Amino acid sequence: MASLAPTFGRGAMTNHWVDIKNADLVLIMGGNAAEAHPCGFKWVIEAKKTRSAKLVVVDPRFTRSAAVADFYAPIRVGSDIAFLSGVINYLLTNDKINHEYVQAYTNAGYLINTGYTFNEGMFSGYDEAKRSYDNTTWKYQMDEATGFAKIDYSMQDPQCVLQLMKQHFAPYTPEVVSKVTGTPQKDYEKILEMMGECAKPNKVMTILYALGWTQHSVGSQNIRTMALIQLLLGNIGMAGGGINALRGHANVQGITDMCLIGASLPGYLANPTDKEATLAQFIEAKTPKLLQAGQMNYWSNYSKFFVSHLKSMYGPNATAENQFGYDWMPKIDGAQDVLALFERMHQGKLTGFFCQGFNPLASVPHAAKLGQALAKLKYLVVMDPLTTETSEFWKAHGEYHDVKPEEVQTEVFRLPANLFAEQEGSFTNSGRVIQWRWSGADAPGETKGDAEIMAALFLKLRDMYADGQGANSEPLKKLHWPYRIPNKPSPEELAKEVSGVALADVLDLKDPTKVLAKAGEQLAGFAQLRDDGSTSCGNWIYSGSWSQVGNLMARRDNSDPSGLGQTLNWGFAWPANRRILYNRASCDANGKPWDAKRTVIKWVGDKWTGNDIPDIRPDAPPAEVSPFIMNPEGVARLFAFAGMKEGPLPVHYEPFESPLAENPMFPSNAKAKNNPAARVFPGDQENFGTADAYPFVATTYRLVEHFHFWTKHSWLNAVTQPEQFVEIGEELAKSKGIAHGDKVRVSSKRGKIEAVAVVTKRIPTLQVNGKPTHTVGIPIHWGFKGVTRPGYLTNVLTPYVGDANVQTPEFKAFLVNIEKV
Amino acid sequence: MTAQMTRRQFFKVTAGGVASVGLGALGLSPEQVQAATRPFKLERTTEARNICPYCSVSCGVLMYSIGDKAKNVKAEIIHIEGDPDNPVNRGTLCPKGAGLLDMIHSPNRLKYPEVREAGTSEWKRISWDEAITRIATHMRADRDANFQAKNADGVTVNRWQSAGFLASSAASNEAGYLTNKVLRGLGMTAIDTQARI
Amino acid sequence: MTMLDIQRRSATTTEAPQVRHLPKIAKLIDVSTCIGCKACQVACMEWNDLRDEVGKNVGVYDNPADLSDQSWTLMRFSETEQNGKLEWLIRKDGCMHCADPGCLKACPSPGAIIQYSNGIVDFQQDQCIGCGYCIQGCPFNIPRISKKDNKAYKCSLCSDRVAVGQAPACVKTCPTGAIHFGTKEDMQDYAEERITDLKARGYQNAGLYDPQGVGGTHVMYVLQHADQPELYANLPANPKIAATVSLWKGITKPLGLAGFGLIALGAFFHFIKRGRKEVHEDEDDQLAIVRQSGSNGRDA
Repeated sequence: MASLAPTFGRGAMTNHWVDIKNADLVLIMGGNAAEAHPCGFKWVIEAKKTRSAKLVVVDPRFTRSAAVADFYAPIRVGSDIAFLSGVINYLLTNDKINHEYVQAYTNAGYLINTGYTFNEGMFSGYDEAKRSYDNTTWKYQMDEATGFAKIDYSMQDPQCVLQLMKQHFAPYTPEVVSKVTGTPQKDYEKILEMMGECAKPNKVMTILYALGWTQHSVGSQNIRTMALIQLLLGNIGMAGGGINALRGHANVQGITDMCLIGASLPGYLANPTDKEATLAQFIEAKTPKLLQAGQMNYWSNYSKFFVSHLKSMYGPNATAENQFGYDWMPKIDGAQDVLALFERMHQGKLTGFFCQGFNPLASVPHAAKLGQALAKLKYLVVMDPLTTETSEFWKAHGEYHDVKPEEVQTEVFRLPANLFAEQEGSFTNSGRVIQWRWSGADAPGETKGDAEIMAALFLKLRDMYADGQGANSEPLKKLHWPYRIPNKPSPEELAKEVSGVALADVLDLKDPTKVLAKAGEQLAGFAQLRDDGSTSCGNWIYSGSWSQVGNLMARRDNSDPSGLGQTLNWGFAWPANRRILYNRASCDANGKPWDAKRTVIKWVGDKWTGNDIPDIRPDAPPAEVSPFIMNPEGVARLFAFAGMKEGPLPVHYEPFESPLAENPMFPSNAKAKNNPAARVFPGDQENFGTADAYPFVATTYRLVEHFHFWTKHSWLNAVTQPEQFVEIGEELAKSKGIAHGDKVRVSSKRGKIEAVAVVTKRIPTLQVNGKPTHTVGIPIHWGFKGVTRPGYLTNVLTPYVGDANVQTPEFKAFLVNIEKV
Repeated sequence: MTAQMTRRQFFKVTAGGVASVGLGALGLSPEQVQAATRPFKLERTTEARNICPYCSVSCGVLMYSIGDKAKNVKAEIIHIEGDPDNPVNRGTLCPKGAGLLDMIHSPNRLKYPEVREAGTSEWKRISWDEAITRIATHMRADRDANFQAKNADGVTVNRWQSAGFLASSAASNEAGYLTNKVLRGLGMTAIDTQARI
Repeated sequence: MTMLDIQRRSATTTEAPQVRHLPKIAKLIDVSTCIGCKACQVACMEWNDLRDEVGKNVGVYDNPADLSDQSWTLMRFSETEQNGKLEWLIRKDGCMHCADPGCLKACPSPGAIIQYSNGIVDFQQDQCIGCGYCIQGCPFNIPRISKKDNKAYKCSLCSDRVAVGQAPACVKTCPTGAIHFGTKEDMQDYAEERITDLKARGYQNAGLYDPQGVGGTHVMYVLQHADQPELYANLPANPKIAATVSLWKGITKPLGLAGFGLIALGAFFHFIKRGRKEVHEDEDDQLAIVRQSGSNGRDA
């Protein structure tokens, strides 16, 4: 998601599941929707059946998505940016772009500072010691008279984004792309042609991707490259278009929205850092300056969202006099991602650790390092419905987990949490639709809900701190705890708090005689939020989900008058019940839909109306206000002057474990072999393997029969995929004397696993840089706990390095060796 | 295929044929015009609507439980199938969703709080009260020892960095919101979720 | 208790009532949209209260490896190259619910196999004697005898659900809609649409599998390569009821009545006692051919 926000303004799936049926071309790359999201994938099949849509799958393996595709092309793991950069080069050199869209809705004509350069794989501003960039030279040229960015609408100026892009992507010719990716050139050219067709205003492509793109050291840029393609084709905002990040877990979207992430607060507000000593400084730093006249620049409302959140945290204790409790909010210092946390734990800097429905020993790379780290804790608390591997990291499980319990001094608590079926509350799906759930059974034994467990811990600590001793207890004593049953806050109470309430009468800003919401009423939406302490809202993007009308997340009217599958009265979608983000861009500059048959919204002379909640001020005249309202220039950023650690435009870098000696795009620059801005901890560099000892490229993935490390506890699922295996192509099998069903050992620099070999035609040998390249496919689902046959945690193999922007681990591309046991 | 039979097979088949005719002749097989299927097992069960906890398609599910919520009856789910009204899944479920019943009834579900004392090799069952008290005692000691109220420059930072928290992506929004509120309320910043993996 | 009208009953000479015009139902499996996710396998086990063993991986995706008393349907995966392109053909295997069911014809136990008026062929385990004739009678090698109770089991097309107006569990759950359910006529019409679409995508030999050698089936396939059904894990091109079974209706029954009498009845009880194994040991070549054509051909 870290790539979408710097491009469009919001970091979420732009469209939604059912909307996939409106596509003409579906690209599945960096994901495997048929296996990871089968019931969402049905809308691909629907598009094929009802619109004669075509499905193209690009993947190192011929997956079950490929099994029903119209066209499949193989690709080497970790070379997606080269593949997609070649698409951009093709679109630009063959004039397969939607000109009007690109000119009006993107920053293609914006002029970039003359100091900007790109040489041999590196942008201007690089600091090698810090492995990071100073982005000063990447910024727009500003018109000093107006204070806004300079634009050449003809897009001919050599410093304009479009011209810089032409130059930047020119090296990615089909020949070069084929050499880097291993995709046969003939197959590649066929895909270029199919995608190019979608530059026509009435042809729409959608892209479905998932962790196959994010789990790389260049993950965010993989996605940004595709976002650029969709912008050039004019497919963002369209029904059947967009860039669709298929999230992994049931409520990962919702939990991300609630920002259980160190660096952010609910609604993607920033968590204050030491640099922002006061609330005023914080608001000043976070509120973007307008970059183009007349644009909405929606983040200009930052203070309203943030103060309303502080009111939800500290209630009546938060006042204008005490900066609404700003000082009580902890300020973060440095990286807080899971790799950084385990690194600190490994260094002995953490005392305690909590795993709530999270099994890091199984799902974080380099399991050996994790085990050592966990053993350094004083206490570990696992809250889970199931017996996870993490909870038993101290226990010996034969060959699968070799450890001496007497040497592990960590005190481990295991708290039984209930499961979905025994809970009430809301989940947010990948398409941002929030749906309410009702409990169907009593939980077994003494299990409790997650909220109840958190409440119990909090109330116990607050009681303990009543003695007035120890560290500053003011922040926790001031925390607003208004729940009727304090140790059991109800889902309804919490949902209302999240959605927001008026603490005093909320007046219309244009006409202060009008009361929009009376004190005590639920707010209708984020437009009613104020920064004077008169509103409280736990999460501004969820504002209006429980309005004065009631719980909109529980709505069950599935009527679909437009036939587009919008179902606006089913649940509630953030923001503001909008189903397709940036839908203003589904119309041309005059507000007329690019494709009338797929009208999302349209301008009717004085307002926007149609089949969705307009993603624009309802009375904003089409010629004046641009569609990307979260960006202060109102347009999408082909060139991201901020927000991307490794550069404003995507570049192909090799994975940290690559079968190649150098980056084939920049063979003479060793510094540009891997992502120059990716973080590598001391000690982990030495743990990367090289192709001489580990000659095969490996990738880990899910199978349709299982869900991560959960369904191995379910008998029905264990039956359908009972035992750990790895997949290899016929050529590699032959050279290693491996037949299907043989036991094999797969090893990396960090560890080894043993599993059954599945020998298949579905994993082709690729010609990369003139050499045959073999892939070893490693499904992840087994472990030493479960009702399946026991297996190895595959993360004993994977490297400890992440994406430069969000630190998603590089699970999808590393090196291994394989031998018959 | 030609109609060939071995002698033995002929014998076998005739045996079967004779047998059934014989049974009929003996009156063991009264003629029927209808036959019973297996009884439809959802009659009189209680239905609840929920969302599948696995992937982010968020399929609607119908959960059927025995018991009518009477005081003395413990509700137990006996069957789960897709919710046909849900616009996304329209009644379908993938193999994971179709197998949810065995997740709910997994033999590996935790039922009681447990502790594994330092250096030992077994779990020990404890009460909730003991678990919460012991964990909170650890947290307090940890927080008291490592809490930072101000940084070196005198800026108020109010943070506790020596305890980390990984949050569930299968928790409800409401539970997630409260988790965040509690963690920041305590001053914790070492927080991450399953968004990346 | 839910009941369905009977059309035919094993080992019963009297005809069932035939005057009512009841619609015939069918399940259509569109192989071209099947992703082999096994949701149908799981939903089948869950609905029918079956739990197969947690088996082993033998180097293929097919799990469990074969049908059993606990697995009434399973996916069979075949990798093939057609016109220079790799294809992964995934076929949901299970009872075809033949209009002219070889199992029912072969069954010597009255009422152990029923054909309902809607076309479903159902096993009534309370009448089953475990002789295994249904297996020999089946041209698709579907029924399996349980080691637990020595009775034959197979897909019932969820007759309990169909009887109350619901679709079979596999149909309802199928994520991609590769499995459809309705009247046989509607399924044939829908199949036509799918075949037209497949032909437009270059599958010139796409077609419907509704083999007439068994009178047509109430489970039909849309195949991308209907000219080569054997590509799909050896789906038989021309399934027929084994000659031996046809003979029992044609010759053996009268012979039995006239010639063998109680002696043969004694032989029958021998089968009850010895069960299925005895039957299998002396399979002749003829039956072996039939069995092979319905077996798992994952190497195809």
